[in-house]
Amino acid sequence: MPPVPIDQSDRGNVVAVLATLDSGSRAAAHGWSDLTIRNAFIIPTIAFLIIFNIFPLIYSLGFSFTEYQVSLNKPAQFIGLQNYADLLSDPAIWRSFTTTAQYVIVSVGGQMIVGFGLALLLNRPFPFKGLVTTLLMLPMMLSPAVVGLFWKLLYDPSWGPINYALGIGKFEWLSNRVNSLFAVAITDIWMWSPFVMLLSLAGLSAIPKHLYEAAAIDRASWWYTFTRITLPLVSPLLLIALIFRTMEAFKAFDLPFIMSTASVETIAIKLYQMAFQGWDTGRASALAYIVLIVVLCITNIYVKYLNRVKER
Amino acid sequence: MRTVHKGILAGIGLMLASSTSVLAQELTIFWAEWDPANYLQELVNDYTAETGVTVTVQTTPWSDFQTKTFAELNAQGDAYDMVVGDSQWLGAASTGGHYVDLTKFVTDNGVDKSFVPATLQYYSQYGGKYWSIPLEGDANGWAYRKDWFEDPTEMANFKAKYGYDLAVPKNYKELLDIAEFFTRPDQNRYGVALYTQTSYDAMAMGVEQTIFTWGGELGDYANNKVDGIINSPSNVEALEAYRKLYTFTPPNWTQAFFAENNQAYTEGLVAMNMNYFAFMPALASEATNPFAKTTGYFANPPGPNGDQHAALGGQGISIISYSKNQDEAYKFLQWFIKDDVQKKWAELGGYTCSAAVLNSEEFLNATPYNRAFADSMKIVKDFWAVPVFADMLFQMNDRLHPYITTGEGSAKEALDGLAADWDKTLAN
Repeated sequence: MPPVPIDQSDRGNVVAVLATLDSGSRAAAHGWSDLTIRNAFIIPTIAFLIIFNIFPLIYSLGFSFTEYQVSLNKPAQFIGLQNYADLLSDPAIWRSFTTTAQYVIVSVGGQMIVGFGLALLLNRPFPFKGLVTTLLMLPMMLSPAVVGLFWKLLYDPSWGPINYALGIGKFEWLSNRVNSLFAVAITDIWMWSPFVMLLSLAGLSAIPKHLYEAAAIDRASWWYTFTRITLPLVSPLLLIALIFRTMEAFKAFDLPFIMSTASVETIAIKLYQMAFQGWDTGRASALAYIVLIVVLCITNIYVKYLNRVKER
Repeated sequence: MRTVHKGILAGIGLMLASSTSVLAQELTIFWAEWDPANYLQELVNDYTAETGVTVTVQTTPWSDFQTKTFAELNAQGDAYDMVVGDSQWLGAASTGGHYVDLTKFVTDNGVDKSFVPATLQYYSQYGGKYWSIPLEGDANGWAYRKDWFEDPTEMANFKAKYGYDLAVPKNYKELLDIAEFFTRPDQNRYGVALYTQTSYDAMAMGVEQTIFTWGGELGDYANNKVDGIINSPSNVEALEAYRKLYTFTPPNWTQAFFAENNQAYTEGLVAMNMNYFAFMPALASEATNPFAKTTGYFANPPGPNGDQHAALGGQGISIISYSKNQDEAYKFLQWFIKDDVQKKWAELGGYTCSAAVLNSEEFLNATPYNRAFADSMKIVKDFWAVPVFADMLFQMNDRLHPYITTGEGSAKEALDGLAADWDKTLAN
């Protein structure tokens, strides 16, 4: 349809109508095509992603096939898959992967149990529910550095309040790798359980009430209701929480670094030492890719399972 | 009109010339954040007063120092004109072309004659060339509770148990005996505060000092050989001794460095405190140590065969290759190595490496710990300074820390594993 000329007497009304339109419609009114508007939104984002994500990703992939130490000021030498072979046969790397896996299991497992448990408790009316929910969410809003330093003080064997409260004398929480791993994982559970709680709460509140009413009429037990109604319906959101927390825990750096001064040597700490203390750029790039592949594999398994749960 | 134009051009020329010289009137030195860096800033203010050149000492926390320095060097940045870098960095920084070769400067200005040879060897030399001027000499030594050592009851009990007088340890056997004697968890008293931290070189410094004292070596530095050296029988014995010392530390002593050691000492927890002399001023001050008046100091004692060594601390100052003010930096170094400046440096609290100042009675009596420091600087030895030193440090931490702190495996197994790791790293 050809453009309809605006009658000059209606100009005031046209301006008033244009003012109520969203920016896209106004842009269209100024003669911008849909394509131009779409590009104006998308191109800066894509440019940002290419410069800060895609380019470094490809650049570091190139480095992972070279022998290159950035501190030595010498050109990189192509060595094929040697870095990958060296890393995968290095017992220290496997020790770090084992530590990371143990940390992920303890930390994420704890977060799922505590977070979901809290959500079940909060999923009912009680006085000051809003305030309690907000207070429970405070830990995840704090900086990990602050949380790490704070818990390090709490764990102090001589005057830390945790030992005092538990009556366990001078138990050394951060003394060795095993104790440290549990101590750091407990801190991570404290910090991130509210995240699982939040997602679980969203899932729980979306379950139709009539299902519980029908179960009550059928005199179903609490356990039967929980396993046949609550858990299946909330599981897609629980799985999303599991994906996010597993990915984060696998990359754990801040809490282990601050609290255990690197005695909980997760793979991220190993990577940091290799890249920024040893300046072994080629090997560090290869290790970063190995970590990326592992995280992608784990996430993929979860996503496939999530899709299966949704289809049910 | 022509005169006016000439005047304007002359003015612009003068302005440009003066602006260039203003830029050259500033020097930036990068160092770690600690008291000696403050002393250095105080010292260089004299240089500013003499020459008009503003010298700024920029600092960053120790934990970040190596990473930040090399990030700047790798980027070939000119944010800093000079860096007061660790001795272990010499290999990486010189091989990478980040430091200016100071060999000619050192010989032309007689630094090789006026500074203590060991300090020049470890702070400055790599690959037969000099890359820095020793700035802050430092060594690992010991502080001890004189009041505990001189208590008549303690002395009598000690003699009854060990058969000799309680005094400053004359060798490692005595050091171990005294540490054991004072370890009384029921009284919240312990024998020693040791280095055990693994985030960088803390634990390695404590261990290497014990190894050197047992007559051992970390390897053949000239030929990059380690097998049979780092895992030699004497090194196994030395590591066992360090592990034994660890059993006399306060609880939770698995990640301790200078701050934790001084804290344990000032809280009255330990009889003896291993620490770098750079951190001893805090122990000599009543403001920070309630036992300052009854604190004594001694150099690392000899081992079973009489070998006596101390782990090298401290740093040398190097000119960065990418600095645009290298000429001015050379002038600064020429000023810094003067005897009177070195004397002032020592007076301010810096640890000079100038032989004349270090051996003067004035210096030796200036603080309660200077004599022990001067003794220690004559027996210093250092870690590897090869470009892959950081990998070697982490491998040492990985292999030895579990044995030292938990008794996992044996000293022989830990050192054999380390020998294999180092062999591979050096071969690569």
